[in-house]
Amino acid sequence: MSYLPYALAAWLFLVGLYGVVTSRNLIHLVVCLAVVQSSTYVLLLAIGYVEGGTAPIFNGIPLGKKTVDPVVQALTLTDVVVSVTTMALLLAIAVEVHKRTGTLDPDELREVRG
Amino acid sequence: MSLRTRTGLFLASGSVLAGLLGWAFAGLPAFGHYHGVYGRALDRVSLGQTHAMSTIASVTFDYRGFDTLGEEFILFASVLGVSLLLREMRERDVDAKRLTERFEPIRATGRIGVPVLFLLGLFVIAHGYLSPGGGFQGGVVVAAAIVLLAIAVDYRAYSGLAPKSAADLVEGVGAGGYVAIGLGGLVAGATFLESFVSRGTIGELASSGTIALLSWSAGIEVAGATVVLASEFFEELLARRR
Amino acid sequence: MHSLVPLVVALPLLASAVLVALGRHVPRPGPDVVAIATAAATSVLCVLLAYAARDHDLVYWFGGWRPAHGIALGIDFDVDFASACVAALASVVATASLVFSWHYFDEVGVLFHALVLVFLAAMTGFALSGDLFNLFVFLELMSVVAVALTAYGDEPGPLQGALSFAVLNGIGAFFVLTGIGLVYARTGALNLEQVGRALEHRRPDGLVVVAFALIVCGFLTKAGIVPFHFWLSDAYAVAPAPVCAIFAGVMSDLGLHAAGRVYWSGFAGALASHEAGLRAVLVALGCASALLGGAMAFLQRDLKRMIAFVTVSQLGVGLVGIGLLKAVALGGSTLVVLSGGLLRAAALLAVGLVISVTGVGDELRGRGMGRRLPLTGIVVALAAIGLTGLPPFGTHAGRALVESGAPGGYGWLPVVLTVASILTSAALLRAAGRVFLGWGASSDSILGPQHVSAEDEEPRQRPRSPVLLVPAVVLLLLGLGLSLYPSVADQTTSAAARVVDHRAHAAEVLAGGPLTATRVDSDTFGATSLVSGIVSAVGAVALALLTLRLRRVSDLPGLLLVRPLKALHSGVVGDYVAWLVFGVALVGALFAFLLR
Repeated sequence: MSYLPYALAAWLFLVGLYGVVTSRNLIHLVVCLAVVQSSTYVLLLAIGYVEGGTAPIFNGIPLGKKTVDPVVQALTLTDVVVSVTTMALLLAIAVEVHKRTGTLDPDELREVRG
Repeated sequence: MSLRTRTGLFLASGSVLAGLLGWAFAGLPAFGHYHGVYGRALDRVSLGQTHAMSTIASVTFDYRGFDTLGEEFILFASVLGVSLLLREMRERDVDAKRLTERFEPIRATGRIGVPVLFLLGLFVIAHGYLSPGGGFQGGVVVAAAIVLLAIAVDYRAYSGLAPKSAADLVEGVGAGGYVAIGLGGLVAGATFLESFVSRGTIGELASSGTIALLSWSAGIEVAGATVVLASEFFEELLARRR
Repeated sequence: MHSLVPLVVALPLLASAVLVALGRHVPRPGPDVVAIATAAATSVLCVLLAYAARDHDLVYWFGGWRPAHGIALGIDFDVDFASACVAALASVVATASLVFSWHYFDEVGVLFHALVLVFLAAMTGFALSGDLFNLFVFLELMSVVAVALTAYGDEPGPLQGALSFAVLNGIGAFFVLTGIGLVYARTGALNLEQVGRALEHRRPDGLVVVAFALIVCGFLTKAGIVPFHFWLSDAYAVAPAPVCAIFAGVMSDLGLHAAGRVYWSGFAGALASHEAGLRAVLVALGCASALLGGAMAFLQRDLKRMIAFVTVSQLGVGLVGIGLLKAVALGGSTLVVLSGGLLRAAALLAVGLVISVTGVGDELRGRGMGRRLPLTGIVVALAAIGLTGLPPFGTHAGRALVESGAPGGYGWLPVVLTVASILTSAALLRAAGRVFLGWGASSDSILGPQHVSAEDEEPRQRPRSPVLLVPAVVLLLLGLGLSLYPSVADQTTSAAARVVDHRAHAAEVLAGGPLTATRVDSDTFGATSLVSGIVSAVGAVALALLTLRLRRVSDLPGLLLVRPLKALHSGVVGDYVAWLVFGVALVGALFAFLLR
């Protein structure tokens, strides 16, 4: 039980990759990438969790009380906002691809090859 | 490769990868029993050194503020990229009437909700080092308030409030502001991103040195970036079909 | 000097923000001048830092948070000689590219310059950072900006290259982040030196081995090492030439640099007793890239795509240098990266000039069109010769150091490296012969399907601005002449020796401890290295001439074996991701067997 969150992170990672590999729609592909990214967040936050720990905000609680790890929280929160914009960039590419070629199927985008 | 071959290759490699991940994760400390030195050291010294009650805020904007600078510019760059892709290639103009909410109760709620949400966002940004919140979280709320205007009221009101040129400027100011504050540390004879503003008293709004300033600059940047993104995609949606 | 360190990142970022906020109101060439000036200033700063870091590292703690009791509270830039040189390479190539784009684009918005400046800041930050998560942040920043730049263009063209770039590099970054999470869980640290100290005293278990595999594979994806390389050729084919020059010259090299840094500072202590196994895997990957890159380069008709595969091959050589796990080879790898990068960027800018004037970037369609551009042809030819390592120019010193660092059992290494450089340079020389001299046939079935690049138009005649050739010539001279600089080999080897001595390095960074200034003498110009350099150059010229005279590459014997190789590069992003996962699984499994 105490390794379940890590197993969840691994599962999300692999499932997301499977989605990317077998995708037939660019929007679906981008969302699968988002799934892979969220698996890394789950891993980070699960690593930092301390049983019985409170939020690391010392507003009214004494210094020295057990808290969860603040570093992974900081890493994850900035990363989440950043992933929104990177996904937006990928989706913009998808929109442009559809405008130029009429298809959203990655398997049909073979113009540059060899 | 055909889809079947590709899937087969992936399933084979994926199983090996799953095994490797399992082997690696078995070495992790059990869930809930983490004892990392970095977090504990910061918990002990952060309040005294930075005068910020929230250790997360002090980590984001002070101890690891340089990371946050990089993240801000990732936002900045993605928005530039989206603008390049969608804006410069688009020759159509926008049919704003297509995005209008006609159901009056929703419009009314929107008109009330937008300013309330906007203020809430500003509040979250402002109190980032005193309670959960900060530039990133608050910036997203502010942006959500502005986008709500487009969805709950109509697009014309939205583009009147947040024209693209203004949003661009806001973004540049937010990003440049962060670097400038960091350089301020250099100018003051200290290191880059070192706090050169008085740390004040713990618990007050005027405390924690440059964390407050950096948090605001991040909030402005995030809000500007998200609004520009929303505008680009809205215009894509509303472009007049020839 | 100390305060200059953050400026190499802060200056381009600030300039970029200012350009975006105000640039719309400034007519050309205002933004160009600002961008070029900023990039040039950053180059000067980086060179100054490299000079200052000759004998000991410059360690800069951001925010003033110095480590306490061996625990790093903040983020540091660990400026050692090699890192500063790589940062200088990034700045110089970016400056050249910006000068080139001044006259290359008919019309370019201010967003282009802003993006290139952010790209520059990301590259210098990535080269200098000493913190794991900071490396990840700059890796992501580089990828995002590079994707945006790849998709940039005046005319609609295939965005497939940008898509593959984004997806593959994104997944590579996720692997890195997972590895970082694992390392953080074990050591409670993100600072590379602190991680190294914390991992040193235990036998490496599954977590350490897999974390190392994940992080290295993520960086090798950026570096374009086989089998993580598929995105590189597609992206180069699609991106505009000045952007490609930065990609070819320095972007992928940074992945190698980071992989080496992470190993020596973070994992060398833990994995010290398993050096032989690690060496075998890394050298194998490097040789595979060197050979496959060379073969594929030879089979291309699109000039930019050809240089992409030349880059893959050269980075394979760089990985061999790092993978040999010896100070001498590490120093050699740095030199290969520096000189090779300059030469490849020069070649790419020259190709860009050809595209600008003739409208064609394809070897077969462009046959003979370069006759009016003799100087450009000379640039390409000299760059190709420099890449072979003809002594004493170009990559010679670097390759010699790498070869001399090979321990027993690796005697076959010079042969492999020679074959790889023959293939890559022959490809460039063949293309140069066909385009600039009109030799060879005008059709050749095996040289890839015709892909219409974004810049290809109807063949045309445009007056050429002389400014376009200057950056290429400058880069060429720097690249050729790097090996001639006195004691450059000793300098890089001594710097590498300091990196390899990770315990002293950690003491230096974490506690401001004794600043080591070791000097290691290297004898580079041994007989074997001279021979392999000359053989490479002669072989490349011979192969190119042979192919041109035979009029068809398809007439060369033994080529049927490589048709499946070309088919593998299908252009489908799902295929590429499947190969990436395969590569990670393979490397991880090999590490699991050899490094426990």
